[in-house]
Amino acid sequence: MVNRDVVISGIGLVSSLGEGGDAHWDKMTAPGVAPVTDAERFHPYVVHPLPEIDWGQQIAKRGDQRQMETWQRLGTYTAGMALDDAGIKGNDELSATMDMVVAAGGGERDEAVDAGVLAASENRADHDVLLNEKLTTELRPTLFLAQLSNLLAGNISIVHKVTGSSRTFMGEEGAGVAAIETAAARIRSGQSTHVLVGGAFQTEHPDMLLGYELGGYLHRGPWKPVWHRRGSEGGGVVTGSGGAFLVLESREHAEARGQKIYAQLGPVVSGRARRRNGGLEAGIAELLSKAELPSGELLAISGASGAHAATAAEKTAFEANPAIATRALSSLTGHMKEAQFPFAVALAALAVSRGAGYPAFEAGEKTFAGKPASVLATAVGYHQFEGLALVSAPR
Amino acid sequence: MANLKDHLGRPVVAVTGIGVVTSLGVGKAENWAALTSGKSGIHPITRFPVDLLNTQISGMIDFLPSSTKGSSALTYELAETAAKEAVAEAGLDNQDFDGPLFLASPPVELDWADRLALYAGDKEGAGYERLLKVARSQNSLDMFETAQFGSIADRLADLFGTRGLPITLSTACASGATAIQLGVEAIRRGECDRALSVGADGSATAEALIRFSLLSALSTNNDVPEKASKPFSKDRDGFVLAEGSAALVLESLESALARGAEVLGILRGCGEKSDDFHRTRSKPDGSPAIGAVKAALADAGLGEDEIDYVNAHGTSTPENDKMEHLSLSTVFGERIRKIPVSSNKSMIGHTLSAAGAIEAAFSLMTMREGVIPPTINYDNPDPSIELDVVPNVKRKAEVRTVLSNSFGFGGQNTCLVMAREPV
Repeated sequence: MVNRDVVISGIGLVSSLGEGGDAHWDKMTAPGVAPVTDAERFHPYVVHPLPEIDWGQQIAKRGDQRQMETWQRLGTYTAGMALDDAGIKGNDELSATMDMVVAAGGGERDEAVDAGVLAASENRADHDVLLNEKLTTELRPTLFLAQLSNLLAGNISIVHKVTGSSRTFMGEEGAGVAAIETAAARIRSGQSTHVLVGGAFQTEHPDMLLGYELGGYLHRGPWKPVWHRRGSEGGGVVTGSGGAFLVLESREHAEARGQKIYAQLGPVVSGRARRRNGGLEAGIAELLSKAELPSGELLAISGASGAHAATAAEKTAFEANPAIATRALSSLTGHMKEAQFPFAVALAALAVSRGAGYPAFEAGEKTFAGKPASVLATAVGYHQFEGLALVSAPR
Repeated sequence: MANLKDHLGRPVVAVTGIGVVTSLGVGKAENWAALTSGKSGIHPITRFPVDLLNTQISGMIDFLPSSTKGSSALTYELAETAAKEAVAEAGLDNQDFDGPLFLASPPVELDWADRLALYAGDKEGAGYERLLKVARSQNSLDMFETAQFGSIADRLADLFGTRGLPITLSTACASGATAIQLGVEAIRRGECDRALSVGADGSATAEALIRFSLLSALSTNNDVPEKASKPFSKDRDGFVLAEGSAALVLESLESALARGAEVLGILRGCGEKSDDFHRTRSKPDGSPAIGAVKAALADAGLGEDEIDYVNAHGTSTPENDKMEHLSLSTVFGERIRKIPVSSNKSMIGHTLSAAGAIEAAFSLMTMREGVIPPTINYDNPDPSIELDVVPNVKRKAEVRTVLSNSFGFGGQNTCLVMAREPV
């Protein structure tokens, strides 16, 4: 079996901190940077909102923008940034042969229509007929497409002409892990030469918060950083809107076209720990043992959500490895669900590419002063599934 | 002795277990008997009132314990039922499958029944503000899990003992085929000896029906439900929303032979090409679908003249059937008139996320049984679609190879090529 090197040759990032790899690097390496939060709109929940975005920079046609809601726009926009960065955008031949794996949730529901149904439900018993009445007359036909999970990938094909293959993985953080793991495996084995992979999450919609809060996962009250939410009111997760897309490529393919390489993507490992039986700590330890960690001090970009049980397990697993200095990215960006793992991998790639680490994102994170040859990226799902990847300097 | 490696030196992928549930019944035997006698599973909707709905018929699964318990519960039960049949047929331990799971399932949201129940849990506040307030006080893990996209696969992984992080995927109406494709690719990469690929869809809610109706995608032929799905007919007026599931145990031929498993068929090739034209319509020249068919043939190492039968996507929408004919006639040329092309959807409707898996299961059975299921309701042929659709009555035929098409919203085009025997 051939085993090609997988490299990261393009990065697109959007979060409350701004847009682009450079902007994120600058913000996140500035000591004591304050997160951007909004505690009012969804009180008692704090969210990290999207920055102002000029959608036209990546989605030229207004007609295309209108066909999407914010989630799909955000993903399509971030994907465009990654393609630009990798020198692929506008290159018809490279786009048409490019494969794509998108980690997706669902799009935004029509909040007003839902609220109308709910309000009317208090005055009548025939709720099924009420639904038919309201939904047949009030739903916008195109909204369905703006909600469909695979239509983020569909819009990327339409707007950026990426038309090799197109797969959409669903399932919260695990979808992001599986997307990168699968994309990397395809390149290693020669099934793909270059793959667009990533996801986006738009938290500024109450239905997106409801998805967490049905399980009691959201942190309430004043904002706190990830490792300091234990004992606070609520479930520990503070969400953020954002997106992360990467262009993964075989080293040979990237070098042949003279493309700048950020980093090499090493082992990507994933798991499904039996959490109900308390198996998460051991599960994370097992993943760490498979990640071919280098000896000595190691920087880790943790995707920890803040969810109490999962975050405590990850913390314990790291504490068993004193050489690891963690940086919980959610303290600065909020939890971005499907985009969480791609975001962590992107931050790891920026660090090895720049040859420097990030300062502590919050009190208690160990200092890391060295020049990182490798950086670990993790995503332990707030409810299920976990994964990590080792990202190394490009050689 | 069969070759264990294919024309590109990759492990040959065999099918050693098949399970299926459709509106025609549970299990292969029941489905095959109905399918080959040209029976339709399309019937009036009884799950919810149809007041004000333009479409009042479907191929819903109304006979399972979870049929009235919401999309997530029904999708899970459909997946579990099909997977149990497939794993049992493969003769594998049904609690220690020890290979990866690929699940094609619909992107289900919190059911309306749950939204309404949450809302009734308090009197203050309105809309989502109230839903959030009640949600945080109730903290219902059951309700939470119905709205998590990873939950169904997580439960299946628990039950069957599949390996690692299960993948849940959606490529719209091509999802079932993509689940199979991912399994084939994992085996070819040498990551595993076997994989469990499942497509399941139990998401035919009133809202889903209304959303498709608003896109004018559904047949409104309510008067005679069993006649509503009529692929390739002149008077076709849309697809019929349906539910169902299928599971395949995929296994390297080497592993299957080594443990003496019966080989039910070979997954020879997969092809894919996305369309960048429009969110719901295909590029007018059909080039992406053509590209997907050609890619599947190339991946299988077969020429255009080596396909014996086409299991069509054949949704019964004006657009799909026209475009599918265009792409097939472009790839196969004049010979397309002589290749039988039938649509299972004429009998089971469009099972959306499950369709590609169900139709792959039926394609494999077609080869094994030497019987091609018909396209029923073919009473008024579309003169612009010159195909041998195996009209109305099954046909005995030697079928060595099948092409199965799956096309979906968002420009998804996935084709599978299957063979009866290894070479």
